[in-house]
Amino acid sequence: MNTMQSSVPFDSDPKLMEQLLAVIERHKDEQGALIPILQEAQDIYGYLPIEVQEVIADKMNVPLEKIYGIVTFYSFFNLYPKGKYQISICLGTACYVKGSQKVLDKVTEVLGIQPGQCTHDRLFSIDTCRCVGACGLAPIMLVNDDVYGRMNPLEVEGILAKYK
Amino acid sequence: MKLQDLSVIKDRVNAELLHNSALTRVMVGMATCGIASGATPVMNKLAELAKDNKEVFVSQTGCIGICQYEPIVEVIDKDGTKTTYVKMNAEKAERVYNEHILGGKRIEEFSVGSVLPAPEGHAWCLEDTIFLQKQHRVALRNCGQIDPEQIEQYIATDGYQALGKVITEMTPDDVIQTMLDSGLRGRGGAGFPTGLKWKFASGNRGNVQKYVCCNADEGDPGAFMDRSVLEGDPHVVLEAMAIAGYAIGASEGYIYVRAEYPTAVSRLRIAIKQAEELGVLGDNIFDTDFSFHIFLRLGSGAFVCGEETALMTSIEGNRGEPRPRPPFPAVKGLFQKPTILNNVETWANIPRIIMNGAPWFAAMGTEKSKGTKVFALGGKINNTGLVEIEMGTTLREVVEVIGGGVPNGKKFKAAQTGGPSGGCISMENYDVPIDYDNLIAIGSMMGSGGLIVMDEDNCMVDIAKFFLEFTADESCGKCTPCRIGTRRLLEIMEKITSGEAVMKDLDYLEQLAKYIKEDALCGLGQTSPNPVLSTLRYFRDEYEAHIKRKTCPAGVCKALLTYTIDPRACIGCGLCKSKCPHDAIIGALKKPHVINPAICAKCGTCINACRQGAITVV
Repeated sequence: MNTMQSSVPFDSDPKLMEQLLAVIERHKDEQGALIPILQEAQDIYGYLPIEVQEVIADKMNVPLEKIYGIVTFYSFFNLYPKGKYQISICLGTACYVKGSQKVLDKVTEVLGIQPGQCTHDRLFSIDTCRCVGACGLAPIMLVNDDVYGRMNPLEVEGILAKYK
Repeated sequence: MKLQDLSVIKDRVNAELLHNSALTRVMVGMATCGIASGATPVMNKLAELAKDNKEVFVSQTGCIGICQYEPIVEVIDKDGTKTTYVKMNAEKAERVYNEHILGGKRIEEFSVGSVLPAPEGHAWCLEDTIFLQKQHRVALRNCGQIDPEQIEQYIATDGYQALGKVITEMTPDDVIQTMLDSGLRGRGGAGFPTGLKWKFASGNRGNVQKYVCCNADEGDPGAFMDRSVLEGDPHVVLEAMAIAGYAIGASEGYIYVRAEYPTAVSRLRIAIKQAEELGVLGDNIFDTDFSFHIFLRLGSGAFVCGEETALMTSIEGNRGEPRPRPPFPAVKGLFQKPTILNNVETWANIPRIIMNGAPWFAAMGTEKSKGTKVFALGGKINNTGLVEIEMGTTLREVVEVIGGGVPNGKKFKAAQTGGPSGGCISMENYDVPIDYDNLIAIGSMMGSGGLIVMDEDNCMVDIAKFFLEFTADESCGKCTPCRIGTRRLLEIMEKITSGEAVMKDLDYLEQLAKYIKEDALCGLGQTSPNPVLSTLRYFRDEYEAHIKRKTCPAGVCKALLTYTIDPRACIGCGLCKSKCPHDAIIGALKKPHVINPAICAKCGTCINACRQGAITVV
């Protein structure tokens, strides 16, 4: 993890914060309330930015480290939001030998984010995947359900432009 | 709510709905598997057609167990005759409605007999098929029979009677004695006697807070019987937990269910609400001084939380890391209080045991494994789905008779049980009666009941590596043997499957596996080497082929494959050459082509391209 700060600015809409505080209030006296609160907080914000974790830590009177420890332990919790268009680059063997790492490098360079992160405008997020079973078309890039085969790093910008 | 009220509800629902000779009942299988196959449009179509027909009642039900033939619709005619229709869609459902329900003529081509055989004649309903007749349904008895979102239908099948009987007629010690006498063992994997677990937690009733927990964090890849019970018969779990609460003196229960099962979660929520409203859960159940409340906790995607102490740590709101035992949960469990934890399938047996008595249950199964076990059949088998068999049934019967054998004329090679903690059962143990102790003796384990069948096309080394990747990934990191040990094991497996291993690596593998088994903190770590050890025991020749001859006999491990073109079969059409993404194929038109192994990335594109079948993999 490079940074705990998400690349997307925190949405400080007071309505969302009101919902979050209501969730905390509703669960606060339950035993083992932290995980249900985090689950509902993620439903509100779509992910768990550090700002949300700080509010929960403060209201529940537990160290932020404990919250962060829980968030990073369970795969259900996201530290970063997902984009409207989720880009998946296959790093399976067949794609890898055909240069999918170079495609990934190009996508991260163009969008300015790392795998697992989301762009400021919440339009794109990048993930890597294992084999998608289309090795004959390697290297593969997926944008939501659209499959782009035989990718060349030079094509990345043109493809992404279609979604902007 | 008084106990007598249950009978009133039961009689009313049976007369009005379940055994009403003026009503045709239509049930649509609406568990996750059914919904994913398209049951919702079928349900909507039938509901719309029958909207103004007072003589037809359309309802949803849970999973009937024949997954690959979903969506499934069952019609129960006014005279009680049952017909099971498979692979339904909205158009077929409309024909069933018009021709069968209104016209009185059953449609043979859609019926279950079109896909599954009967011992004789045509199978009109699932009950007619060999698939079901060879099963013995106890835990799954209501799945696919009742609407899981209607508590009254559960009551109509004697639901909550066992709880009533326990509270009004039995002492807590009687209940525990019944569980001990029944011989029921935990269905979650380890097979610990349920009655004994309850007995350990039963001391000091009334003076300390205690908890009853339900493990519904079904994480084994390939196992889904708990989901099926939760989606098809959620009340059975609530009733059983309340019975345990009475037996050990607990007033609160927690169900820890995985968030990946949204349908199960929503049906549990509905069930808890209905049970509380009716007064079969909550304060002063059946007007006695016994009170029992159940809370839901959702898992957040961590396999280790299926381990009992990790599950409790997670309910407490922490990272789901296991704790050393002792102290055992029966002494210090959830929130440091005495706790019992049982798995969904275990719970599903309990009301039946109370109603029918311990001797009834103990009469089923083998000497030390009583009752039945649900298996999720998957992999290379014709009838994938859920089957519940009596303990002591052989693997051959499960695979060949109930499962309908291995498809495409391939040969059975092995069955994997117990998921990432279990092992493989090979052909030589095909006729061993399946029970807890026999499975451990042959190097596997019961586990939660996933049963994946593999044929000659599966590489056993690759399968073992697959499971190890899973456990290494899911290791919580608390103890070193598991965190680092599984990683090192996986590295050796990767060496073997990529042809870089030497025979001495097998010794390291066995030595390391032994250390991990002995020293890891929890069940996840202790059992993680099992897939490797059991495949090494029965398929050592495959390991040796990978190491000594650098070949993968099943043709799976890519690094060890060689693609060659048979010069006699190649007509030199050039298709493979043009399709090869790596330009690894050379050859002149109408002359046999050749693959350059130094460039070939073993992607398999050429095999699919060749129309002459001239390319082989060895």
